[in-house]
Amino acid sequence: MARLNVNPTRMELKKLKARLSTAVRGHKLLKDKSDEMIRRFTVIIRENKALRDEVEAELAQTLKQFSVARSVTPAYSAETAFSMPTVAVKAECGVKSVMGVDVPDVSLIEEKRVDGLPYAFSEITSEADHSVGKISALLPKLIKLAQTEKTVRLLADEIERNKRRVNALEYIMIPQLEETIKYIRDKLDENERASIVRLMKVKSKQ
Amino acid sequence: MTGKMAIVGDGDSIMVFKAAGVATFPVTDEKKARETLRRIASEYKIIFLTEELAAPLCDFLKRFDEEPYPVVLVIPSNKGGTGYGEEFLKGAMERALGVDILFNNEK
Repeated sequence: MARLNVNPTRMELKKLKARLSTAVRGHKLLKDKSDEMIRRFTVIIRENKALRDEVEAELAQTLKQFSVARSVTPAYSAETAFSMPTVAVKAECGVKSVMGVDVPDVSLIEEKRVDGLPYAFSEITSEADHSVGKISALLPKLIKLAQTEKTVRLLADEIERNKRRVNALEYIMIPQLEETIKYIRDKLDENERASIVRLMKVKSKQ
Repeated sequence: MTGKMAIVGDGDSIMVFKAAGVATFPVTDEKKARETLRRIASEYKIIFLTEELAAPLCDFLKRFDEEPYPVVLVIPSNKGGTGYGEEFLKGAMERALGVDILFNNEK
């Protein structure tokens, strides 16, 4: 490991010692942070998997049902019926912090519609009604999934970055500092011995 | 803060979302999807995207990973899932943990 390019003086030694203690403390803190983040990540990713499986199954079923419903309705009447929604769903978007990472915190704002469906019953078959209802019911779950998945993404990035920092400290910074400190100490000791020997020699000649 | 929701996908899959009150942006090809996403990214907080369109836009979607919003969620379309969700989970897990903790029992 290469040592830092510094002058072997007491001043530098003092500075480096301070840096080393900061680096060691920082390393410990970051390592703890990394451990905790990984623990939370495993919880969230399990939740995400369960939610994803559930949502995908339900969504696939609903969409299949909807295509059946659509196929029995003339295309133009389906278009007109579905293109005028009575409500626009909105979501409350907040930000919460998971281990210092800002992650989205979303919840659906419930808006009760007056008649339930955005079209007249005579236009569309009941299968379509059913699938529209199902999608509406599925929306909170979809939003939850969107939130957890984003959290997983953000947390994964942060864990990766943090790991890099921990490794840089552990395998580069700290060994480098230790080696430099050792080098300076050796050099200073050597100087001291040299001066003692010099003094002894001078004394013995007198 | 309230945010609006949108879905980007091919016409058939997303019509039902329109009835449920989600803003819809029908697109058919990769280029259009990219343009649309760029346009609506600041306006809509939650954007659903169908898997067929998401697969070629993988790199483009990474740019949304820096900030909490907008949230882009990839969902299967009416043609069925392509396993994108699973791929994504695996990738995230590998990057963060280095080991597979979810799918190892399936092999």
